[in-house]
Amino acid sequence: MMPELGKYAFAVLSSYAASFALLAAVVALSWWQGARVRRALREVEDRQGKSDG
Amino acid sequence: MRALLIRDLRLAIRAGGGFGLGLAFFLLVAVLVPLGVGPEGTTLSRIAPGIVWVGALLACLLSLDRLFALDFEDGSLDLLATAPIPLEGVVAVKALAHWIVSGLALTLAAPVLGLLLNLPPAGYLWLVVSLGLGTPALSVIGAFGAALVVGVRRGGLLLSLLVLPLYVPTLIFGAEVVRRGAAGLDAATPLLLLAGITAGAAALLPFAAAAALRVNLR
Amino acid sequence: MSIWEYANPKKFMQTSAMVLPAIAGLAVVSLVAGLIWGFFFTPDDFRQGSTVKIIYLHVPSAMMAINAWVMMLVTSLIWLVRRHHVSVLAAKAAAPVGLTFTLIALITGALWGQPMWGTWWAWDPRLTSFLILTLFYFGYMALWAAVEDPDTAADLTSVLCLVGSVFALLSRYAVNFWNQGLHQGASLSLDKEENVADVFWVPLLVCIAGFVLAFVALVLIRTRTEIRLRRLMALLARERMA
Repeated sequence: MMPELGKYAFAVLSSYAASFALLAAVVALSWWQGARVRRALREVEDRQGKSDG
Repeated sequence: MRALLIRDLRLAIRAGGGFGLGLAFFLLVAVLVPLGVGPEGTTLSRIAPGIVWVGALLACLLSLDRLFALDFEDGSLDLLATAPIPLEGVVAVKALAHWIVSGLALTLAAPVLGLLLNLPPAGYLWLVVSLGLGTPALSVIGAFGAALVVGVRRGGLLLSLLVLPLYVPTLIFGAEVVRRGAAGLDAATPLLLLAGITAGAAALLPFAAAAALRVNLR
Repeated sequence: MSIWEYANPKKFMQTSAMVLPAIAGLAVVSLVAGLIWGFFFTPDDFRQGSTVKIIYLHVPSAMMAINAWVMMLVTSLIWLVRRHHVSVLAAKAAAPVGLTFTLIALITGALWGQPMWGTWWAWDPRLTSFLILTLFYFGYMALWAAVEDPDTAADLTSVLCLVGSVFALLSRYAVNFWNQGLHQGASLSLDKEENVADVFWVPLLVCIAGFVLAFVALVLIRTRTEIRLRRLMALLARERMA
């Protein structure tokens, strides 16, 4: 199934690996930061008795 | 405006004003580079234009964070902002003062560095001309950067990060003028582009810098 | 219905909540489909061998690296003129995503260049320009982080984005001049779009679409976070003063 990458296997595979890693990192970071802020906001809003704006 | 210029020049030349420091740093670069890359003449003469220019960039950076910060902290910047001179004029004058004690001084000191770095004889004139034309841009771009970070505590490193990428076009064209001149080639194109960048920056960046100062003075 | 309705944070949150799942889903589908197609089902290039497969990452990420900055420029301008917080928060949100794409473009460019040029890094005009773009992204993000007051930070970073854009363009021309002389074609360029045959072109389009959608999805997510953060800071400030 794997195509014949020949002598360029390292270049091609590491390109894909690095790209996936970076994309995954920014997705994970964005998700994690979002979750953290959402949680903090919910806490403060509950504390102040306000509904979500 | 002349009073402001004289005041800033006086402040800069006083001890601790950074005037001598910039020149000393500039000289240091010319000493350290051969120590780092080896004394071989042909290597040095090939990289001399670039080294002098990079040295000029870094030396200009040194006194930038002081440009507005002192006046910001003691409140004089607020006064200057409400003075009859437009804030853009204040920025231009301060940039001019900065240039006189850094860029101009470096331009005049550059031949000494050229000598240390084995610059080919044909290159000296172009070195002085390119620095003379290009260092005003460094001061004005630097003023913009300084205006952005004036409210940031210890903004020196941030200032470098913001300003150095903006210096890239001036650096490229300035060094290219010297390289071509030293090789006896026609340096007109990079020279014109260098001058164009300086002219454009001097005309437009004081407005951007003044806007940034007003934001920080709010 | 005007686009300015979305300048209202509440409207933005409502609308983005609705469209985000679809955009994110489409992004994943096109990315996966495009990359699988490109990686497994396209032939090798005559000159470049299997390294041509890197094109499916390098070209879309490079395009988005630039587009992200352009988006930041436009939204910063909108903030400076019309003072819509959603706009400047979108710019702030886009920066890390744009930086990521720039890094992907740089790394894939260098990895592609190594077998082609025999060196891990070459001061090719395009790679160099992207390296400089990285510095612009870093500077923008650093300024946001350094300034305490959010509106001051918004104004300063927007002005920086404006001035930075001019200098980024100048740098592009300067770097071309520096490496190849003016008006000479970039002979070492990896972006041979004019030579890309159809068999590569369609999966490339799918990948480009995937990257665009991924950018939009990520910016929407991050902008929502920024809006919530702003609300959080406002509520906390109110608590402190009470």
